[in-house]
Amino acid sequence: MTTTAEPTTLEFGKARTRKEDARLITGRSRYTDSITLPGMLHLVVVRSPLAHATITGVDKSAAEKAPGVFGVYTAADLGAEGIGLPCAWPITPDQKAPPRPLLASTTVSFAGEGVAVVVARTAGEAKDAAELVEVDYDPLDPILDMEAAAQDGAALVHPDLGTNVSATWVFDSAAAGTGDDVAAAISAAEADADSVVVRRRFRQQRLIPAFMEPRSVVVDPNGEQVTMWSSTQVPHILRTMTTVTTGIPESKLRVIAPDVGGGFGGKIGVVPEEMLTLLVAQKLHKPVKWTETRSESLLAAHHGRDQIQDLTITAKKDGTVTGLDVHLYADMGAYLGLVGPGVPVLGAFMFNAIYKIPAYKFTCTNVFTNKTLTDAYRGAGRPEATFAIERLMDELAVELGRDPLELRKQNWISHEEFPYTTVCGLTYDSGNYEQATDRAVELFDYAGLRREQEERRRNGDKVQLGIGISTFTEMCGLAPSRVLGSLAYGAGGWEAASIRMLATGKVEVITGASGHGQGHETAFSQIVADQLGVPFEDVEVLHGDTQISPKGLDTYGSRSLVVGGIAIVKAAEKVVAKAKKIAAHLLEASEDDIEFNAGQFTVKGTGQGKAIQEIAFAAFMAHDYPEDMEPSLDSDAVYDPENFSFPHGTHLAAMEVDTETGRVTLRHYVCVDDVGNVVNPLIVEGQVHGGLAQGIAQALFEEANYDDQGTLVNGTFVDYTLPSAADLPSFTTEHVSTPATSNPLGVKGVGEAGTIASTPAIVNGVIDALRHLGVKNVEMPCTSQRVWRAIQDARGTATQETPVDTHSPGAGLGSIDPNNPQGEIQ
Amino acid sequence: MAQVRVTVDGVNYADDVEPRMLLVQYLRERLGKTGTLIGCDTSNCGACTVSLNGQSVKSCSVLAVQADGTEVTTIEGLARDGQLHPVQSAFNECHGLQCGYCTPGMIMAAVDLLGDNPDPDEHEVREGIEGNLCRCTGYQNIVRSVQRAAQMMKPGSGVTSEPAPVAGGN
Repeated sequence: MTTTAEPTTLEFGKARTRKEDARLITGRSRYTDSITLPGMLHLVVVRSPLAHATITGVDKSAAEKAPGVFGVYTAADLGAEGIGLPCAWPITPDQKAPPRPLLASTTVSFAGEGVAVVVARTAGEAKDAAELVEVDYDPLDPILDMEAAAQDGAALVHPDLGTNVSATWVFDSAAAGTGDDVAAAISAAEADADSVVVRRRFRQQRLIPAFMEPRSVVVDPNGEQVTMWSSTQVPHILRTMTTVTTGIPESKLRVIAPDVGGGFGGKIGVVPEEMLTLLVAQKLHKPVKWTETRSESLLAAHHGRDQIQDLTITAKKDGTVTGLDVHLYADMGAYLGLVGPGVPVLGAFMFNAIYKIPAYKFTCTNVFTNKTLTDAYRGAGRPEATFAIERLMDELAVELGRDPLELRKQNWISHEEFPYTTVCGLTYDSGNYEQATDRAVELFDYAGLRREQEERRRNGDKVQLGIGISTFTEMCGLAPSRVLGSLAYGAGGWEAASIRMLATGKVEVITGASGHGQGHETAFSQIVADQLGVPFEDVEVLHGDTQISPKGLDTYGSRSLVVGGIAIVKAAEKVVAKAKKIAAHLLEASEDDIEFNAGQFTVKGTGQGKAIQEIAFAAFMAHDYPEDMEPSLDSDAVYDPENFSFPHGTHLAAMEVDTETGRVTLRHYVCVDDVGNVVNPLIVEGQVHGGLAQGIAQALFEEANYDDQGTLVNGTFVDYTLPSAADLPSFTTEHVSTPATSNPLGVKGVGEAGTIASTPAIVNGVIDALRHLGVKNVEMPCTSQRVWRAIQDARGTATQETPVDTHSPGAGLGSIDPNNPQGEIQ
Repeated sequence: MAQVRVTVDGVNYADDVEPRMLLVQYLRERLGKTGTLIGCDTSNCGACTVSLNGQSVKSCSVLAVQADGTEVTTIEGLARDGQLHPVQSAFNECHGLQCGYCTPGMIMAAVDLLGDNPDPDEHEVREGIEGNLCRCTGYQNIVRSVQRAAQMMKPGSGVTSEPAPVAGGN
């Protein structure tokens, strides 16, 4: 026993390599599709090739006779015609929500919607038989243009609803009492010679989350409880929603998310295939597996973004922003996803971003089309908002003839002004935009690059340089249950944790967060090691199984650390409080005289003490413990934060654009992020890198394209062009820290930051390179073709239209450089 | 049915397989080598990369019968005698993985890349692993991992013992 409890090295802030790697780098992983049970059958979904059609007949006879087939089922065969998948976010009381069937029975509403399922002994036999299912369709005209669909008199996706508009959601700072009236601000600016009004329309293209592990479900109906393994981000929500959907008692269902290969919001849904696998397994009393192909995943798993943004910003000619008006159309696709309608609402509070804007109004119209439904994709609402305001600040700077960084500085909340309540009524607890920006500018050599840009313009260089800026913030760590309640979100935002002190001194930490690549096992072990003063290696983090972790709200919205991590801290505090009582009892001292430091309970001013492991053992033996407590240190906590967290950062991109070919090259990317205190810098850096890649991919490479029949034309990895290693440079990333004041660790979320920040930085850079040629906008993704067309348009040169059904982003192949053909893919 | 005789991670197998069975299906479904993963249907993602006679191949684009008479090393056979291959160690050290799904294929591709080019620069690494997609890392730490492994594998580096060659490799 030590008396002067030497401070041990804290785990917090240490760049620990990850615990979870050991199994993942050796192939000892357990993803859902790797689970095989005795007698297991395989399910394949027969999907509609048409976007909009009436089903006139389903002939199953040939498929039913195929080798190995156990059954071919339509919704009616499964008694599932009345079952609809839930939408958990009615953003308005009168939101229109059509039933979202497990399988279409009478009408198909998007290409890829399931019509029947085939169950067979092997996946191969099921696939073969699925091709024998004859479905007769009467084609209907697909409704594909969200703006046209929102107008009166438009043909309807769901005629029963009488409209394609699901909901219109409004935030008005004047009505909320958090700011002025934006209509008045716009009128005043229009009438004032000393003001400007800038109006722009931007488009958020449709994206696909494209996690690397295709979705997979295994259901074992044998045993007292039904067990469902699913490649999901949300095992707890999935269990509750499966009960809501199918009526199976929640207590009779165990959901396990084993190793999950990425999600990015794409695995936040509760999907038809999960329910179908359950129903079939229950019907046949056999374990059943469904694993999607990549094409199915791209076609039928939910998509993201897809908004049209009409924006008006007003400012004094001295640069002071006076108002912001936002009108969105958001394409929901054919049905409402679990939280899909709320995605634009999550953005509503972020269009004002880091700026002091006195008047603000946000109006969003959610629209149905005959496309795959949209839902959360990394950032969910906030990338859209950040893109809009950061593009707009550049446009305003051009209008006013100001340096875009200076204009931002003039309008942002200065670090002395925190905590600051925004025009949306959110209170930003901490931040220092000057600090992050100054460091980013220094790392980037902003002044030097501006000089080079000037030089290239002067010389009329073929390759022009653009500087893209994004000074972003986001609200994350979803979060305060009361706030979510006020937005009619169908759940709370708390998180649960338990700590079990084992007899041998090891520690089990149970979290309701459900990691799928974030490194929870490592980061949470670091937190607990510090809180309890136990070795990092002695902490085991358990998650992703509703029988092990019975309570939780899972992983999305950068919430795992700032909500789940704090729940763990709270549970650890309770463990220490209990241990202290036992320590005082065993040491025959008053509890007030016991100090706890680095795992040791010591009696003040004496040499006496006991380690927390000794106390755990004493509690286990229970031979001698205080009469007024139970013999256990184990503790539970549920943490519901008081506020969101507000990470921010300054991102700068040096973009080179070949004015002859339109080819865009990201030469250099610098970002300095403030995510508060950092538990593990290695993990934070990895999160930022990955986030950047996805945000850059939106700007340059990715788009889900539909033809005029509503067919997804790039539904494979051949032509839905994820960036490869050759398409991206190395990024310069640093962080600064203004600790969050809303939680005891001072942490802020990091999972979505890179994605939210990077897209406008890239596009601003592309346009900045071409601004002097008269280019005012390039739609995303900024492919060579689009950039080249924008240059031709600016020059007044006529170009041939590209037919929509042959359109492909044509990017993602960064190594195909016309000047460096040896780099082509072999 | 066709017969295939193949050595996988040091064990000899003789099996009757459907002619259409892919090598990746044979590895996963018949041999239980579930460390090798499937991420697409078009040979783009590289999650299923294994070593076939010392060359990295996407095992979704090889029929099981084509592997007859070959030696295959999967991610599960890369570590020898409890000793991780330097590429595996480097991925851990440099945080070259997050969700881990692309990792087996990425590591096998990197092993092959370093066999061809023991000291690749960043550009060469990026070109060399271009056939393997990752959605989590943005590739930066994967590139670092591969270069770190190259450093560890240099003769006399003292960082680690010489890695065992992959089966069938030189």
